[in-house]
Amino acid sequence: MTASLKVRSAAALLIGVGLLLLPLYSSVSGNIFVLTLFTRIAILALAAVSLNLIMGYGGMMSFGHAAYLGIGGYAVGILAHEGIGSGFIQWPVALAAAALFALVVGALSLRTRGVYFIMITLAFAQMAYYIASGLARYGGDDGLTIYKRSDFGGLINLSGRVQFYYLCLACLFGSIYLVWRIINSRFGLVVQGLRSNERRMEAIGFPANRYRLACFVIAGTMCGLAGALLANNTDFVSPAAMYWTRSGDLMVMVILGGMGSMFGPVIGAIVFLVLEELLSQVTEYWALIMGPLLLLIVLFGRGGIMGLLGRFSRG
Amino acid sequence: MLLVVEQFLNGLQFGLLLFLLAAGLTLVFGIMDFVNLAHGSLYMMGAYFAATFVAWTGNFIIGALLALGATLLLGIVLEFVALRHLYGRDHLDHVLATFGLILFFNDAVRLIWGPAGLALPLPGWLTVPIQIMPGVYYPAYRLAIITVALAVALMLYLVVMRTRVGMLIRAGASNREMIGALGININLLFTLVFGLGASLAGLAGLMQAPILTVQIGMGENILILAFVIIVIGGIGSIRGAFLAAIFVGMIDTLGRAFLPDLLRQMLSSTAASTAAPALSSMLIYLVMAIVLVVRPEGLFPASRR
Repeated sequence: MTASLKVRSAAALLIGVGLLLLPLYSSVSGNIFVLTLFTRIAILALAAVSLNLIMGYGGMMSFGHAAYLGIGGYAVGILAHEGIGSGFIQWPVALAAAALFALVVGALSLRTRGVYFIMITLAFAQMAYYIASGLARYGGDDGLTIYKRSDFGGLINLSGRVQFYYLCLACLFGSIYLVWRIINSRFGLVVQGLRSNERRMEAIGFPANRYRLACFVIAGTMCGLAGALLANNTDFVSPAAMYWTRSGDLMVMVILGGMGSMFGPVIGAIVFLVLEELLSQVTEYWALIMGPLLLLIVLFGRGGIMGLLGRFSRG
Repeated sequence: MLLVVEQFLNGLQFGLLLFLLAAGLTLVFGIMDFVNLAHGSLYMMGAYFAATFVAWTGNFIIGALLALGATLLLGIVLEFVALRHLYGRDHLDHVLATFGLILFFNDAVRLIWGPAGLALPLPGWLTVPIQIMPGVYYPAYRLAIITVALAVALMLYLVVMRTRVGMLIRAGASNREMIGALGININLLFTLVFGLGASLAGLAGLMQAPILTVQIGMGENILILAFVIIVIGGIGSIRGAFLAAIFVGMIDTLGRAFLPDLLRQMLSSTAASTAAPALSSMLIYLVMAIVLVVRPEGLFPASRR
């Protein structure tokens, strides 16, 4: 077990250092594309990390996590559209909006369990999707172009490619640290206890749904941050960001990397998005390979890539 | 009045179509405890098979029957090769694996049939309007859908309620382990149920095909609707799926037809025309959320576990 833990920590460390040094490689080799790709990866990895908090540790299988991505994005986009360009206003609003949505969705959804929970979170995300499609003033179906990225005064310039990359990376590492602190805290242990045996935890005297709801809102807020970053990255936000297939993508990243492991979602996001990129360069029909690959991973690689790493080191 | 009757029938037709899709899904879900996101892909494949076979044979009925057989076969192969190894696993594994299958099927279709949609032309005898009431005409094809779907629903009811296989299916839905322990060949039963679900999805796809275009991704929107239905109806319950399907079909169709006018009376006409489509698309999800909040196990839960 310690050997497998070592291998996994080493893999996480290696990837962390690699991510930090990426701009260096990009400027030396002149390969700008790799930087834009990994900016996107860092943002979606942040979303996956937040999903892992509720899915991996809390046992709450949310199939509507992309909604927060869209809400964070729309908060930035709508404020920018209305002439409020300051990031000091845009971002807190994005986080608050995501948190509020998570609070409402969580409070209603947590009455259900299992597959019903999967479906009700999906339903709320679809509602958010259709609301966004109906926002005629903000582009409706076609989406909303953001002409100016969030303005943080002289603090940081989001239009600078490298600066923006490091901002995304900082948010990602910050969120991983936050998740680590949460799951090792008393609160986090309660949430994990609820995943293992709800009835027993309630018998001890923990109000199950209050703990779950708090965890759900934290994850939603974190994903709202990812949404604000994503909108700034693409200079565009559209209802498609909330469509259920995007929620599916996030789920795939988490499961692929290894659910309930601290760094797994990051690896999952990297593998999923890099594979998508590489395969789409080889063939237009990349999903023809990606699809069966996912099937094989599920069939033979239980516990995702992190699980494989652990088993590999144990021999 | 005329419009109301027509929209009412449209809602019924759409609801019955959704039932075909949801019936397979709820059986697979209720009996194998398997979440099959690729059910929508089978629906899509049914439509593509039908468009191809009808063009080949030049006969709508023969083409449709061939397509039905092809989807049945595809479902059985799929179950045998991949999905049966996933029973008993976590629901999330099912979601991931079948999500992969969706990706695969979409691109496979793009490779074989090309990115452009196909059309499935109707034979002449199905395109004429039929007088159903004095002065009310309704397209023959939509009536045919209603008839076929009702017949299938009745047949399904008889098979499930009156035959030995149906008894096993019901037993499987309420207690999987027990019927295995009683010496029933559970693998065969599962393959059979999956094939049945696949061909029902294929039937829904090929019947919907002449009304909409046959295109990539057509299964994804309707899959979510089918999931909504089985959740509202209660997982594993065919009766629940039937009632919920009709209900959802009606709400969706009537909402789309009459909500814009209703809103126009309350809001300015521009606000109404932008809000109405979004609101009517949302309506079903709203209903599902309300149902789940009030009855967390759906309206007609098949079994208490």
